[in-house]
Amino acid sequence: MIFTPLISKPDSVSAIMLKVLLALLPGIAMYVWYFGPAILVSITLASITALSTEALMLKLRRRPIAPFLKDNSALLTAWLLALSIPPLAPWWLVVVGTAFAIAIAKQLYGGLGNNPFNPAMVGYAVLIISFPMQMTHWLAPQGLVLTELSFTQQLDYIFQGVLPHSVTLDALTMATPLDTLKTHLHLDESVQQILNMTIYGQIGGHGSEMAAWGFLFGGLYLLAARIISWHIPVAYLGTLFVIAGIFHLVDPTHYVAPLFHWFSGAAILGAFFILTDPVSSPTTNKGRLIFAAGAAFLTYMIRTFGGFPDGVAFATLLMNISVPLIVLYTQPKVFGKKDKS
Amino acid sequence: MRKLNHFHGGIHPPSNKTQSTQVAIAHAPLPSKLIVPFHQHAGEIAKPVVQVGDHVLKGQLIGMPDGFVSSAVHAPTSGTITAIDLQLIAHPSGLPNLCATLIPDGKDEWVERKAVDYRDHSQPELQQLLRMNGVVGLGGAAFPSDVKLRIGKQKIKTLILNGAECEPYITCDDMLMRERANEIVQGAQMLRFMLDADEVLYGVEDNKPEAIAALQQAIKESNLNHDVVAIPTVYPGGSAKQLIRVLTGLEVPSGKLPTDIGVQCFNVATAYSVCRALAHGEPLLSRIITITGNVRRAQNFEALIGTPIDYLVALGEALSDTDGYIMGGPMMGIPLPSVHVPVVKATNCIIATSAKLFPQPQPSMPCIRCTRCVEACPADLQPQDLYWFAQSKEFGKAQKFSLFDCIECGACSYVCPSHIPLVQYYRFAKSEIRAREHDKQLADQARVRHEFREHRFEREKQEKADKLAAREAAAQAAKLASTQPLTPQQLAEQADLEARREHIREVAQSSVENTAVENTTERTGN
Ligand code: SF4
Ligand code: SF4
Repeated sequence: MIFTPLISKPDSVSAIMLKVLLALLPGIAMYVWYFGPAILVSITLASITALSTEALMLKLRRRPIAPFLKDNSALLTAWLLALSIPPLAPWWLVVVGTAFAIAIAKQLYGGLGNNPFNPAMVGYAVLIISFPMQMTHWLAPQGLVLTELSFTQQLDYIFQGVLPHSVTLDALTMATPLDTLKTHLHLDESVQQILNMTIYGQIGGHGSEMAAWGFLFGGLYLLAARIISWHIPVAYLGTLFVIAGIFHLVDPTHYVAPLFHWFSGAAILGAFFILTDPVSSPTTNKGRLIFAAGAAFLTYMIRTFGGFPDGVAFATLLMNISVPLIVLYTQPKVFGKKDKS
Repeated sequence: MRKLNHFHGGIHPPSNKTQSTQVAIAHAPLPSKLIVPFHQHAGEIAKPVVQVGDHVLKGQLIGMPDGFVSSAVHAPTSGTITAIDLQLIAHPSGLPNLCATLIPDGKDEWVERKAVDYRDHSQPELQQLLRMNGVVGLGGAAFPSDVKLRIGKQKIKTLILNGAECEPYITCDDMLMRERANEIVQGAQMLRFMLDADEVLYGVEDNKPEAIAALQQAIKESNLNHDVVAIPTVYPGGSAKQLIRVLTGLEVPSGKLPTDIGVQCFNVATAYSVCRALAHGEPLLSRIITITGNVRRAQNFEALIGTPIDYLVALGEALSDTDGYIMGGPMMGIPLPSVHVPVVKATNCIIATSAKLFPQPQPSMPCIRCTRCVEACPADLQPQDLYWFAQSKEFGKAQKFSLFDCIECGACSYVCPSHIPLVQYYRFAKSEIRAREHDKQLADQARVRHEFREHRFEREKQEKADKLAAREAAAQAAKLASTQPLTPQQLAEQADLEARREHIREVAQSSVENTAVENTTERTGN
């Protein structure tokens, strides 16, 4: 039976997801440039885990496997999660996080299109709560620490947990720029003193700020290609800027400048790639503004006053919960129902 | 330049119109058989006024309008009526309909035609003339035009002639405007007269420059102050409510008619038939139809109503891999149940389909809430939510989220990256809701009837019981009054009577209780 419309735009879920994956590449390239190729190992590990978990779950749920593996959505979850985990982490960390994200946060909720929470962020949250130690040892940017591992040595550590003789993990890794800032602020140092440390770059963390530029670039491509709408990134970064700006203006020695917040942690990645996940974000434009503004507020609060190194993941998950309510109260007026008269 | 407004959403599908605008409108030769349905318009079916075996002339009335919303049907050519029976026609329901089969005699001999000067007639007279000439909207809905002119005391500010023709492939209005602009303009002037409208606007999409120029030329020649407005080409810009919004900035409130906001809309081809009907005395016997799609010669034909579609398709030389036909455009058209169905007044376009031209849709994926459908929806709906409610059969919610404001334009399906046949779900939900409402009405009526009957039973029972009681009292009194001892026979009769009374009382009592129980369960069940 044929039915109308007979024609449709040549587009597909898998093409959309593929474009998002492509948009991540500039940021990933920057990452590799500054931190070495270890991140590629995590991305590969995560991708393999995601696809096999997805296939297994689809089989258990008796759903067709091929079309869903081809939709690229599991890969996207994998990449986003890999980018949130320290690159020099034991292999099982990536595997456990990704498998949890796909099996529990995505498939158990009904698979593609049905997950109320962003799966990658669920994976991250589970890891940081269960393995806080492993999750906070970030690989230092190249050139900042004395000891550096070759790629094969990195692989040895990732897969077998062996480091070269007389090298300790602490010598290779450091806390993230956001984490360092928080710790040193507790030691009563001023923002200005802290930012003079070598791990800081022009705006944010050395190296990580460049990755953020890469993600910003990819994000702008997503906007231009109309894969995402402007509402979430603009409301998120705008709100983050305003809140950070107010605190900074009032007390610049204790509150870091707004641009620092943009370019450290997962703020840019979150604004363009994580919060914009269509499935777990609101479907109304007004709702998107509220959702993103709320996420920015929570991000700032968690970063500044909370106990976790970054706030993007928890902010995302908390706002994910409120999506149905936000959508319900931001319904646009239907044609012909605009004026009350 | 008029300031144009816009409506939310809309899409830009490939127009595919050039194929069928290369050559002028051709007259389809007389086919050997015509099948003329009596129900080609919205409203009541016309009543046949001819019999099998009758010889009819071209333009002779064969179906009399019956009811307020109805329209006349005429013999498209001279010939003999050979059958009046149920035949398959192109209708979404797919049900057969009453049709007259006419075998042309080849003479194409007219009945007497009576042209009128519209200025000499009152509005009711003109409305009657249009009704008796079978003039209906040619844009697709085939709504009787006279009904749209009965506006009562409403003041019409703007008369809009719809020449937008926003659906891909269809070019019949475009070609009509190019070739017969003068009659369109005359017809528009007649409609304006009948509506007493302040202004006349033609809405034509800017991808039809020839049509726009032709209309402008015709208006200039007849010295009228009509205004041709080139509107942006965006689907569904030709949908009445969206067109009104673009041209006037007004939004027809949900559930209201354009006339409620002082606007009335007619298709340009309808204006053409109005002119033919009044100025030439010709009923609506033919129309322009685009034959396109998987054919060798895509072209517009002027064909008699009742012409079998396979006949037209043959004129367009459908290619061998054709696997079906659509009546209407690729966005909103309906698949033809058979290629043997006849042309009706609503037939604007026939598209031959093939797997190559219109590939099978890819299997649909779950909705990823990407809101591309929201961005495309001209009715400002949330198609993804409506889809969710429809597929989970939450019809109440679908209705609350304005399902019935959906115009089924298909823009949402067009853009959906998950290839979900969204419109199918909306049609399904709408028909389910309508069916349920119908059922509920029937049930309500039945309940009222039932309650009424119960009430009557009870009253009758009560009356009987009262009578019995009265008689009993009388008997008692008689017994007391009588000093005579009763005979054994009388005693026996009395005992029998008592027993019967007791029994009746019991029965009455228990049935009253039962009804009470029924009533309460019914109420709590509601
Ligand atoms: S376009 Fe399709 S996938 Fe996207 S929100 Fe609408 S229905 Fe869902
Ligand atoms: S079919 Fe209905 S829901 Fe879809 S775009 Fe058209 S009006 Fe909106």
